[in-house]
Order: sequence, then C-alpha cells, then structure tokens
Amino acid sequence: MSKGSFTSALNMPDVPMGKLPDHLEVQRTRVVCKADAPIHTEGIQFSGAYAAVGVDNSNPLDKFKRDFKIDVIRLTKDEMEFDMIGIDAAIANAFRRILISEVPTMTIDKVFMVDNTSPIVDEVLAHRLGLIPLDADPRLFEYMSEHDVPNERNTIVYRLNVSCEKGSPRLTVKSDQLEWLPDGSKLHEVAPSYPGEQQKTYTSFSGSQLEVSRRALGVKHKDITIARLGPGQTIELEAHAVKGIGKVHAKWSPVATAWYRMLPEVILLKEIKGEEAKKLVKKCPVKVFDIEDLGNGEERAVVKSPRACTLCRECLRGESEEQIELRRVRDHFIFTIESASALPPEVLFKEAVEVLHEKCDRVISELS
Amino acid sequence: MVSQQDDMVSQQEDFGANPNLLAAPIKSPVDKFQLLPAFLKVRGLVKQHIDSFNYFVNYGMKKIMEANALHKVTDTIYLRYINISVGEPYVAIDNIKLTPQFCRLSDRTYSADISVDIEYTDGKGQHPTRKTSVKIGRLPIMLRSCNCVLNGKDETELAKLGECPLDPGGYFVVKGTEKVILIQEQLSKNRILIDIDGKGRITASVTCSTHEVKSKTVFFMDKEKIYLQLNQFVKPIPIMVVMKAMGTESDQEVVQMVGRNPRYGDLLLPSIQECSSERIYSQEQALDYMDAKFNFFKSCSIQLFITSFSTLKEGRAKSILTDVFLAHVPVKEQNFRPKCIYAAVMLRRMLDAILNSDTFDDKDYVGNKRLELSGQLVSLLFEDLFKTMNTQAVQRMNYAMGQSNRSGALDFSRYIVTDIITLGLEKSISTGNWDLKRFRMHKKGVSQVLSRLSYIGALGHMTRISPQFEKTRKVSGPRALQPSQWGMLCPCDTPEGEACGLTKNLALMTHVTTDEEEGPLISLCYSLGVEDLAHLSAEEIYANDSYLVFFNGLILGKHTRPHTFANAMRRVRRSGKIGEFVGFRTFDDFLHDGLIEYLDVNEQNNALIALYEHEAGEIDRSEITHIEIEPLTLLGVVAGLIPYPHHNQSPRNTYQCAMGKQAMGNIAFNQLSRADTLLYLLVYAQRPLLTTKTIELVGYDKLGAGQNATVAVMSYSGYDIEDAIVMNKSSLDRGFGRCIAMKKQTVVRENYGGKVSDIIVAPQRDKDGALIRKNMQILGADGIAEPGQIVRNNDMLVNKKSPLNVDKDLKTRTYKDTPAFFKGVEGETTVIDRVLIYTDNNEKMPIKFIIRHVRRPELGDKFSSRHGQKGVCGTIVNQEDFPFSERGICPDLIMNPHGFPSRMTIGKMIELLGGKAGVSWGRFHYGSAFGEPSGNACKVDDISNALIQKGFSYSGKDFLYSGILGTPLQAYIFMGPIYYQKLKHMVLDKMHARAKGPRVMLTRQPTEGRSRDGGLRLGEMERDCLIAYGASMLIFERLMLSSDPYQVQVCQKCGLLGYYNQKLKKSFCSMCKDGENMATMKLPYACKLLFQELQSMNVVPRLKLTEA
Repeated sequence: MSKGSFTSALNMPDVPMGKLPDHLEVQRTRVVCKADAPIHTEGIQFSGAYAAVGVDNSNPLDKFKRDFKIDVIRLTKDEMEFDMIGIDAAIANAFRRILISEVPTMTIDKVFMVDNTSPIVDEVLAHRLGLIPLDADPRLFEYMSEHDVPNERNTIVYRLNVSCEKGSPRLTVKSDQLEWLPDGSKLHEVAPSYPGEQQKTYTSFSGSQLEVSRRALGVKHKDITIARLGPGQTIELEAHAVKGIGKVHAKWSPVATAWYRMLPEVILLKEIKGEEAKKLVKKCPVKVFDIEDLGNGEERAVVKSPRACTLCRECLRGESEEQIELRRVRDHFIFTIESASALPPEVLFKEAVEVLHEKCDRVISELS
Repeated sequence: MVSQQDDMVSQQEDFGANPNLLAAPIKSPVDKFQLLPAFLKVRGLVKQHIDSFNYFVNYGMKKIMEANALHKVTDTIYLRYINISVGEPYVAIDNIKLTPQFCRLSDRTYSADISVDIEYTDGKGQHPTRKTSVKIGRLPIMLRSCNCVLNGKDETELAKLGECPLDPGGYFVVKGTEKVILIQEQLSKNRILIDIDGKGRITASVTCSTHEVKSKTVFFMDKEKIYLQLNQFVKPIPIMVVMKAMGTESDQEVVQMVGRNPRYGDLLLPSIQECSSERIYSQEQALDYMDAKFNFFKSCSIQLFITSFSTLKEGRAKSILTDVFLAHVPVKEQNFRPKCIYAAVMLRRMLDAILNSDTFDDKDYVGNKRLELSGQLVSLLFEDLFKTMNTQAVQRMNYAMGQSNRSGALDFSRYIVTDIITLGLEKSISTGNWDLKRFRMHKKGVSQVLSRLSYIGALGHMTRISPQFEKTRKVSGPRALQPSQWGMLCPCDTPEGEACGLTKNLALMTHVTTDEEEGPLISLCYSLGVEDLAHLSAEEIYANDSYLVFFNGLILGKHTRPHTFANAMRRVRRSGKIGEFVGFRTFDDFLHDGLIEYLDVNEQNNALIALYEHEAGEIDRSEITHIEIEPLTLLGVVAGLIPYPHHNQSPRNTYQCAMGKQAMGNIAFNQLSRADTLLYLLVYAQRPLLTTKTIELVGYDKLGAGQNATVAVMSYSGYDIEDAIVMNKSSLDRGFGRCIAMKKQTVVRENYGGKVSDIIVAPQRDKDGALIRKNMQILGADGIAEPGQIVRNNDMLVNKKSPLNVDKDLKTRTYKDTPAFFKGVEGETTVIDRVLIYTDNNEKMPIKFIIRHVRRPELGDKFSSRHGQKGVCGTIVNQEDFPFSERGICPDLIMNPHGFPSRMTIGKMIELLGGKAGVSWGRFHYGSAFGEPSGNACKVDDISNALIQKGFSYSGKDFLYSGILGTPLQAYIFMGPIYYQKLKHMVLDKMHARAKGPRVMLTRQPTEGRSRDGGLRLGEMERDCLIAYGASMLIFERLMLSSDPYQVQVCQKCGLLGYYNQKLKKSFCSMCKDGENMATMKLPYACKLLFQELQSMNVVPRLKLTEA
C-alpha cells in the first residue's frame, strides 16, 4: 500500500475519531417523534454498526456496570416510579413482561358453593372472587401441582357466609366479609352421620396456618363489592386460594399494570421569542415550556419540564413544527409499577429480577 | 309531530302555503329537545299498538256488537245484545288475578272474559228476559293496555308483579309465549289512485272497503276510450254506459260533472261516441247491456254478502252498481247521484293526468298507505268469530225448539258457545294465521314470537311493519326509500336480502291513529260552510272558486274558500276541540295549546317544515309553517343506537340495525326469572360511553347490550385479516365478553285421567346406599334434579315412572321407568339454574329446567361495533404481548385498519374520539343523528380540544410501545374506547365435525345437519371440481365408499337385482328363477333404492355388466 498519496475517509483531519456525527448520534440514542410518525424507533443493535467511523456500538459488561443506574422517583405502598438508565429496551421489556405474567401471587381458584340465592350466578360469583387481590405473601407458599393435596403450605381457605334478613334493606357484600380459616376447610365432603364426627374436609391441614404467616391472611382491599343481596338472599361458600402466575389467568397477575416510557427530550431547534413563545407555552397542555426573561424586554421560550411531555404533539402543529423536535431517550426508561397484590412494588420488581435470573440460569445450565 | 292517520283527508286543490308560525316560538333549538322525553312519557314507545287495542276494546267491540245486535230465530224469538265489555284477566278456576309473568311461566294465555248484556224471548209472548254479564269467551289482553293489570302501575308495583318497568308492552301472552301482531302495511282504502298499468294504460283505481264488502273499481283508458273494469263483468264496460246506468242519461250532464273545460270534453268525446254507436241512450238500455256482460262465476263469492241480491238475471247490474261499484259511496233510496259525482271526479283526475303528467299518483307514496294495527286485526277476527257464534246459537235454538220433550223455558244464553271466540282468537294469535272467509283473507305470519334476544331486538320487533307485497317480487319501486318516509318510517332499519325495503320500521315519534267519530266532524264541516253536493247541479260543482271537500274518501261537498276552511279546521284542532289527529293531518298540554301538531304525510305537502329555527336564507321565514321537534326522531329505535349515524355510509347503518338485534346484553330487569327456550345474557353489560338521545329515551342505557372496549386500530399478528379482531387474554380473564346462555328443557308428568298419572320417585339406592345408576347423581330426594347442580350430558333430570295399567287399586298398578335425561354437549359443564314446577290447564305437571352455561369469548366468536363492522375473534393474545401506551393503557382488542377505507364508517372514528374524551373527563358524550347544530351531538373540534387538555393528541393517535420488542411502534396508533357488541353467533353452537356416525334409514346415507351429528356433504360443485381434475378414485371414495356402499347380486342374464340366499350360500335371481350368471357388485344404496322404486312403477332398469 502506498503511503501519503491519498487519505482514508476515516483519517480525515476534520472528522473527529471515536465520535459519531451529531445526526447519527441522535439516530443511535434517540427516538425522534415527528408530527406524523416516530422515526428510528428500533435502534441499532449490531455492535459493529459504526466500526467504520471508529465507534464501538457494543455494550460490554463493565461499561454497563458503570453506566447502569436506577433512580426511584416515587414510592408509595402500591405504586412506584423509577428511572432505569443505561439498559436496552429488550431487558426493560423483559422486566415488564415478567411483572405482568410471571411473578406469582395467591388468588382464589376453587369455590365450594354451599348456598347461593343471590342474583349473581355461581360461576360469575366464583369469577368475581378470583379477581379479589389477597393480602398473602406468595413467597410463603408452594405451588399446588396436579396430585397435591391441599395443605397449609399451598392453600388458603376463606369462608363467606352472608345473608340478608327478610324485611331488611338490600345488603352489599364487600370483600372484607371473606373470613380467613387458618385451620383449613370446615366443609365436610360427606354430611356427618352423628354430631361431632371427625370427617374428611376438602383440605388436609397438618397445623394452623398462623404458623406459616405472621400476618392475618386477609384481602388487600376491604371495599370491593362482591354481590348485592336482596331480602331473604344468602351466600354461603368456601373459597380456596392457591399460588399461580398471571400467564395462566390474569387474576394471578401481581400488578394492576406495569409499564415504562422512554424519557422525553424536547429540543428547541430555533430560538422562539416574543408572541410566538407565549403561544407555544399556552399550547402545551402539560406545561413543558416556560418563558425566560432575557432582560432587555425580550422573552424567549425554554424547555422547563420535558419529563412531563405526553406526546400530544400539539407543539408540532402549525408553524412551530420546524422549530421543535420531540425525542425519546432510547436507554432511559421511566418505569411504573402499580401493585395489586400483597407485595409492595419494590419487592415485586426484585421478584421479577429473580425470575429473570432463574431463567438465565436455566438457559446456562441447558447449554452447558 | 307527524303521523299516519286514517281519518280525514282534505284534498283541496290549489292549497297554498299557510303562514301560521307557532304561537310562541321556542327560545332555542336545544330547548325543543325537552319535548321529546315528555312526549315519550305520555306516549310510550309502542303506544300505537296499545292505542289500537284500547280502541278495539272500548269502541270497536261495541260497534261490532251493535252491527250484529239482533238475531232472530222466528219473529217472536230473538236474541239482542245490549252491551259488551271486557273484564280483567284472571284464572278461570281459582278466580285469581292473572299477571303476565305468571302466564309466561305457566304457559297460560293472558286473557280476560268478554261479557255481554243480552235480552231474549222464548216465544211464549212474555216480556223479554234480560241477562247481564253473560260470558261469551275470553279475549287475549295486550300487555299495558287499558284492561291489563299493568296499566297505570309505577315501577315498584310493576316489580312486585314480576314485570320489567322498561318493557314496553303491546304484545300478547298466548300459551306462555309472547306474541306480537305485526303492523300491516296496506294501500290506502277509498282513495283515487291515478297510475299507469302494465299495458301502459292510464288507470284510476279505488280500493273500496266497508264493513260488508271489499272491492276494487278500476277505470282505464284504452284507445282514447274510457272503460270500467270490475271483476263482476266479463268485459270492460264503456264508462258512458255506466254513467247512464246510474241514471245520468244526458251526455251534457256528464261533461258538466267532469268539468266544462273544453279539453276535458275533447278527451271524453271518443267515449261518448262509442256509447252512442252501441245505441245506448237510456238507463234501461245501459242496464241491459251490463247484465249481458255479467260474470256469474267470479261474482259468486261476493254475491254472498250482497244484501239486496236477486236471483234474476235482470237487476244484477243494478245491484252490482249499488253494492260493488265504488262500494264505499252509499246509495240511499236508489239515489245514484253521489256515485255519479264520484265517478266523474275519477274521470276528471284521469283526464288531468293525461293533460299534465305531474298529477299521477305514486303508489309507493307513504301518504297513499295505511297501517293496520293489532287492534284492527283482532277486531277482524273477533267480528268473524262473533258472527259464527251467533249463527250457531241461532241454529241450536232452532234445534231446541224442534225438540218435543224439552222441559222448562228456552234460555238463549245457554246456546252461546264460549269456546268459539276463546279458541278462535287463541289459535289465530298463536299460529299467526288470519283466515277470514268473509274478506277472502288468508294471511300467514301476522303474529310472531316476540324476539327476546336483546332489549332492542324486542323493541325493534314492536315497531316492525310487515309488507303488503310478497317478498319474491323483483320490483325496485316499493323497495326504494321514499322521500315521504321522512319522520314516519326509519330510513335505515330494513333487513338485507329478499325483504329489503319491504319490511320497514316506524320512526321514533311516529303515531298511528285510531278511528275518530265521524258524525260530529261531518256536521262541523257543514257548519264551517261546506255545501252539500246534493243541493248542487252538475254545473255548479266546478264553478270558479269551488273546491271539493273529501272526508274519509267520500265527497262531502264543496267549499268556495278552501284556505279559510282549512285554517278554521286547524284552529279547531289546535284549540283541542277536535281530536289532535283529525284533520289534515296534528301532545298533552302542548297539543292542547296547539303548540305542537301531528302532521300526516298528506298534510306535509301543504306545510313548509324547518329543522331549526335559525334556518333562514333563501326561504322566507314567514313561509315556514312548522318546526321539527328533533331531527334525530327521523330514525327508528334500533337505528337510534348508532352514534353519529349521519357520518356513516348509509348501508353500514342498515347493517347495524340488523346486528343490534342479535347483540347479547340485558334483556329486561326480570331476565333471571324468565323461562325462555333460549336466553343469552352478557355478564357485565355496560352503558355506551358515547350515547345518543335515543339511547336515553328508550332505556338502552339501563339495559345495554355491549361493553366499552379500548380498541387500537393497527395491524397485529396477521390473525386480524378479513375483519378478524385480536383480543387481549387478560381482558377476557377479567370478564370482557363473558356471557350466560340459558336453555330450557321441559319434562311433562303426564296425566292419563281418572287420577292416573306418572309418578316421580326418589333415586333408587342399593344395599350400601349407593345410587343404582351413576347418572342419578344430581337428583334430589324428590327425584327431580336440583338447582345449582352441575349437569352433564345424559344426566337424569327426572326419575319418572309411567303406569302400565290403569288399575284403580294402587297395589296392583305397575309402573315402568320413563326417566328424562339431559341432552347437552359432551364435555360442556352446565349448571341447573332453576327448576319450575307447575300444573297446566290439562292437569298435567310440566317441570321446566333452566340450564345455564357461562361462556368466555373464544376464537371464532362474533363481535361487532355499532357501525355495521362485524368481525370474529381471530386470535387471543396475552396482555404482555399487547402494545401499551405511555400511560400504561393496554387495548382490549385490536382491529385492522383495513376495515375503514372501503366501509367509510367515520362515525366509528368519531365514537372512538368521543369515547376517549369521555373517559378522560369522566362524562358521557352524545352522538345523536344530525345533532351537531342542536347540541345533541358533540362536534369533533370540541372533542379534540377536550383530548388536548388531557394531554392526548387531537387526532386520538397515541405513541405506543410494542409489547413484544419493547421498542416504540413505528406509527402513532388510533386508540380509544368503542362500544362493542357480542353477537349471538358463537363457535360453540356451530362447530361440527364427524368421522362416522348416524345414517338415514331410507337411503343409508349419512344424516344431515349438526343437530343430527351429520356428515359434511361433498356437493355438486365440489363433485364437478373433482371430475374436472380427474380424481376418479376420490369421487368413488367420497360418493360411495364413505357414504352408502351396498353389495348387490346382479343377474347377468336379465340385468335385474337378485338376492343372496344365506342358507344355500348362493346368490339367486328371483326373476329368472335361477342361480346361474349371478355377479356380485357394489352400488350406492340409494342407487339400489332407485332401481326398486322404478320397478314398483313398472319401469325396468336393467344393468349390463362387463368384466372390469
């Protein structure tokens, strides 16, 4: 190869090495939400995609360890919002998916109807009971497989025995009327032939469940309407809760929902001043923009709170379309978990990580 | 505000615009709407049926009785009806008040006694005996009519009677089934219609109808000459002959009657000439001429009803002219003049049509049609049965008089058979066959079982109008949408296919009137200056400034100042002194104050109706005579459910009208205590987020038939092609689209008379106390399956035994087991919901089992939005795979965007937008038809602004993330709530496959149909394909081997079928008496059957065999 006669495109002095040109950098790290459709939504996965310009697109473990960050923004009993930064959408999505469908909970699965004269038919009543979130830590229990006998380690028994007296007003049956039976089922499979006969019930508990759980295993929300009874109507039933996952039935899903959104970034491509700036501030329903006083009586629009952007794209309507660019940061996820089970959202997330961990272990062990 | 009515028709020529704006203008168009709920409160949704029935019970029945009051056996023995009344429904045996719900559950007829007051003599010259409240039969009572126990009851009282307060009534309960008598459409009676017939001739026809006779009079013009055509005459009669026969011998007078305009004269000339060429100058000559043309055969049936019928050949023409020709114009004391004038008017209208083709009548014009309702139809039946009953009573009386050994006085009331009316009415209403010999009426399907598939389906059924033409006729005219249907008939609600455009539905505010008393109205007309024609000469009729006044098809007289007359009549109507429907075609206080008028189709022609008050511009405000209450009322009940129907392509609304009736939902408040054969209920039915005013008015918001689903319009998975929808599994888990199907199975405990009946015994157990049969598990101690038990196919429902002998002694009576089993689908877990035990009229004890099955949506179930966009569930996808929005919203279903461009259902898009804005703000948005100007429909701009304020895009399009990849989707997705209906078509009821199974006895071929576990037919067209392809072995296999293979013995000598002798192990030909030359071959059994059938008909099919 001859030297000095020509320079490689990669060695041009005005092109900085190891850094992508701006437009490619935006393409690599941002989703640009144009007025008609978002572009560059999927990102570039290939590690060598920018090798030609000397940029490494891979994400090695040490780099990931250095850059990965979690910021908890908001944490209440049932809700958590946190930022997950420096991770690929696939992994963030895996957590979301696991939270919805693979983190176990305890939920009513079998209902033994003794009497039901309410207007809600048996099947529907059973379905409604199934959807009531229980305040029982699933980690204390085991899954019940096909041949298992219901015992204190895999089944929680509840009893509902309400009736509306004749002549009294209509009665609303709420979830707190579900009574926890720590000693297992009190229903006999066959009617006892003499009073006090020890007979087989629908569960075989070896001891009280009070030893399994320190807390009473009640329901999470006490005000869920189960049914409404008219005068003379009765509901008597026993409900058995077991451990399960959301993939089988949504009732076992520990979250109301879990989702993320990418961090919004709002860029003013041009300086917007005066009336136009005021208009822009007014336009945005979530108040992303603000007015900055430049002194000398001039005002200009600035981006105050891009995080609030809901992507209504109002600011892109009309003449301001070319002046503003709405972007989403590709590796910054604002994750929200709404817990609808006994576990608080932060524990649920840890559980989800654990599930993913197990999955990975399984893959590794299968491969080796 | 508009109505169809049958009372008075004012046809006045040169009827100009009438400047009478409403006395107090309504402040703004939105205020106007307040009238609507008030209107429906007063009127109810099916008031037309109830009014009609009430009219029949209160007036119609009396009229029929009065017309047939006197029945003479001899001059001294007679029966006279004095009064007639209908009581309250009660049970005949125990005298308990009947309730409709009781009748529905115990298969009884909801009926009440008809009682009469009679007076009769026994021929001994004594004073006539009087008897009061003699029962002559039972009349099925229309629900919510004046005789119904539900009449005037409030919500709590109705609930106590087990009735749904939202149920409109207007139907009958006959033998436990709800029956609606459909509204029948008919061509207006007693009206002159100018038309062109099939041969291109101009005709004037009148269909006359009186209590006695129905006839059709046709005038037609052939080769410039006018003839009369009547069924009673073999040949058409020249019109001048007819006029002469009616005593108008002078040609000049005829011309005067028609009109002195020379153009009329010119057109009449050929007719006059023809008459004189036949040398007919006098009345006698004319009558003789007509007698000769008399058709004896055709007139026989009609003749039976002619009172002044003479057997002589002479005078027949005269009697026909009196009784058949223009039958509705009465002839009093041989005075034919009114008929002459009427005929002349017909002629004049014909001639007008020749001179000016604009004056032709349109048969399809709604004003030329009349609606016959349940009251009128029941009245026809009742009249017929009442007459039959009386004839029989007279016959029996006659017979009793002839009896010599009778003791005591003759009691006429004993000869009245009550069963005739009771059974006759019950039979007709339950079968729907109206057979009336008198009017040669043989209508089928007049009454139908009320569709209880959905609340809207039932309402839609009540407003349905049955067509007058047969459905097979391939004509477009009557099927086309008539501009005159505006406000009267729903432009959207009509079925697809053969009955398209023929079967119609009433619009929301249509009122169908009942008859009004004629006498006072006629005298009112006369006092308002109508001159009786009898006092006028022919010349005066068409003098300048004189206008004819028609009353119910009769010419009343003439008036010189029509406007003054019409205005005077209107003023009387508005002041509430004459019925609101009288007239020229006009609500409580408002009606009385004359602020609101009912206008019928004919009067609309003389009115200028504005939609909104602010409507102005080209039209001068002072010319507007009326303002429509609300434009949304031009649609019917069923079309009223569609939000923004005016943004949809019109056929889509029609499709929705058909589908809305199949949607599952809440049927009625008493739905769980009903015992229908099949009932589909939606578990969590919702009220639509995007409502219309009609929805609120009809109560659909209380008895919804669908759910608000969050829909994302995008492509997903490929299982969404051809309108299929992708559903979210978690949504289904949480109860979306869940439904209950309830089926009824009845087991009857027979009663064999003489206290011998089936017995039901406790399930038998063996020594160890175990049930002797496994399928007895669900039986209770009483031998009847218990409610709440899970019932599987072949489980025993009733452990019943039937007696083998009818021994009086219980000890010797023996029984055999005749248990009843549950017939269900294998593998399906159904539950017994209720068990109803009752005794019916025949002392039998039917036991009804209501069997319930709760279903969650599955692949292939049919869903539809309210815009005629149906689709099946293509796939069910887990929630984590579904896309989600920035707010964490995950759709319930995904619909493919290809559903939009060709269907053009913009209404659905606006529904989505409106629904989205609605949920974000926590309120309901409206989308009433044409409601934007009046504020009854939200404008898209307002909805968009509401969305923006909540941080959504104005377009309804959201930024979604893929649930599978986790990255954003490459497009913004149109997502929001749309009301979705689950339709009754579910795969579970339809899926079918079979390998081997039952065969038909006769042909030994597989049975047909899913219910019989039938085979799947390889039809002619499929066969053709296989032939074309040359797959002969496949055809052989499909058509014979897999169907009905049969081995036959064929005699090679005679070619006929022989048989195989099992003893001799040899085949034999019974024809040749020989066992030689026999061949064995395979044939389809059906083929062998054909040969034998041919042989039985003396046709010999011979088989010629060659070696293969």
